[in-house]
Amino acid sequence: MMNAQQQPSAVTMPRAESSPAGRRSRLSSSTAARIALIPAALITVVCFYVFVGWTILISMTRSRLLPVYNFVGLDQYKRLFANDRWWTAMENLAIHGTLFILGCTVIGYALAIMLDRITRGESLFRTVFMLPLSMSFIVTGAIWQWLLNPTLGIQDAVRDLGWTDFVFNWIVRPDRAIYTLAIAGIWQQVGLCMALFLAGLRGIDPNIWKATRVDGIPTWRVYTNIITPMLRPVFFSVFVLLSALVLKSFDLVVALTGGGPGFSSDLPARFVVDHILNRQELGLGAAGAFMMLCTIAAVVSPYVYYELRTPRKEA
Amino acid sequence: MRYQRLVLYLLLTSATLAMLAPILIMVSTSLKPMDEIRDGSLFALPQAPTLAAWGKAWGSACIGASCEGLSGQFANSFVIVLPSLFLSVGLGALTGYALSLWRVPYANILFGAILVGLFIPPQVTLYPMIVMIRELGLFGSVPGLVLVHVIWGLAFVTLLFRNFFQSVPQDLLKAARIDGAGFLAIFWYVMLPLSLPVFAVAMILQFTYIWNDFLLGLTFSSPESQPVTVALNNLVGSQFGEQEYNLNMAATMLTALPTVLVYLFSGRLFVRGIAAGAVKG
Repeated sequence: MMNAQQQPSAVTMPRAESSPAGRRSRLSSSTAARIALIPAALITVVCFYVFVGWTILISMTRSRLLPVYNFVGLDQYKRLFANDRWWTAMENLAIHGTLFILGCTVIGYALAIMLDRITRGESLFRTVFMLPLSMSFIVTGAIWQWLLNPTLGIQDAVRDLGWTDFVFNWIVRPDRAIYTLAIAGIWQQVGLCMALFLAGLRGIDPNIWKATRVDGIPTWRVYTNIITPMLRPVFFSVFVLLSALVLKSFDLVVALTGGGPGFSSDLPARFVVDHILNRQELGLGAAGAFMMLCTIAAVVSPYVYYELRTPRKEA
Repeated sequence: MRYQRLVLYLLLTSATLAMLAPILIMVSTSLKPMDEIRDGSLFALPQAPTLAAWGKAWGSACIGASCEGLSGQFANSFVIVLPSLFLSVGLGALTGYALSLWRVPYANILFGAILVGLFIPPQVTLYPMIVMIRELGLFGSVPGLVLVHVIWGLAFVTLLFRNFFQSVPQDLLKAARIDGAGFLAIFWYVMLPLSLPVFAVAMILQFTYIWNDFLLGLTFSSPESQPVTVALNNLVGSQFGEQEYNLNMAATMLTALPTVLVYLFSGRLFVRGIAAGAVKG
């Protein structure tokens, strides 16, 4: 979690307050601090906020290959909402998002609990579970594209073992391809969930375990009734992180299915990039991008609010 | 009790195998010649291991019209990653330091504004960014890609350093100021040595993110500055003729190798940072 490293500052006095040292050096130092913030402020204002505004502006024009500023109101949004491919992408986002977040959370939490309970070999297991995290989504997509290939991958291998009727051809089936995305996604990101949950479990006061042992509560009940509710903030963080990840999901779908067969496994992020870069539908792509931003804002704004509130409370 | 532990280890070992299997199969396939792949099983070990596919992936595989393998794009990735890495970590560290230890007006508002930037999907600002890079005359060039990565890395690195510097006692800054040190001197001689572990974490994660980037490389690179992830996707994704799976696997492993090595050698630092970095996705 982001706030894990935020320890309450022991200092209560105002920051960088006057010292007996020379007034001139202090003045210039404060100025230096302001100057040092100029690049970051510039990038933030221009590249984050002005650019987002610009995209919203474009989404209200008829721009195709190049931006033109003839405003047509919400026409592009009407086109977007009438676009079947967009709705397929949104539906896929819901399916993939649910499966991916659920799978990552459940498996990650299970792995973390198991790692928390063993005494030896933890670092070895942890290293393996987190290994896919170091690879790019393009690599993950390439690996799974091949494993899921019906003629040479898992289906073929299982048939060779004797089950000649075995069928696992989801990646080439328009109604199933979207589910393969979750398989590859979970493989890649489950280590992240595990690490976050493990950190959470390690933060549990050992006295709680002692108390439950004295009371003779079975281990599984301690987890379901005591530990899991205590880890609510961790579950919240994991949910936000995975949601943000899933909404931006672009590389994995490009590398794994290419959005196919047809557009059956398309996702909004790919829809937007495709319309901006390849289809010369800048306005429509911008409208889609704004919808992405709205979706992410709905998930993330409570989280950002929480992050911003915490340090102020310490000061 | 002992029985329970046995079950735990059995479960964990099977999970380990499930996680490792795809990678092991990739490596084993990359060492097989094509007819062995066509006739044999996915799980079979290579009968006569050969590095031919690796050599081809490196030096002579055809991506589009050119048949020079991935070596050029592999080098491109390094040329893009290294300056991006130092510039983005440097800028983020300086920003985090100024924001948390110095009294700057509106520091909290600025930090909040940067934090929000962490969640803006790159797709949303993609087009304006293309226009900006083009207007600067940097489109398709390595400096253009570096700039884009520095911009996209800023929020994450700033967050990492801000959270660290927030925990540094203000007295340290005061003592240094009484000794006459200024803004940069304190950063360089006091805060930098103090924050070396955070620097390491930031470096490792930025390396991983920039190396693994696909969207920005796809959008802002030219054939001359193309990073290896984009080339890999072109190689694996091209549907002309029969796929050479051993070549694809070797190319995939080659692309993954630098970040996997960084991960294996940095161990705990990677783990510590990945949580904070996950939001960047």
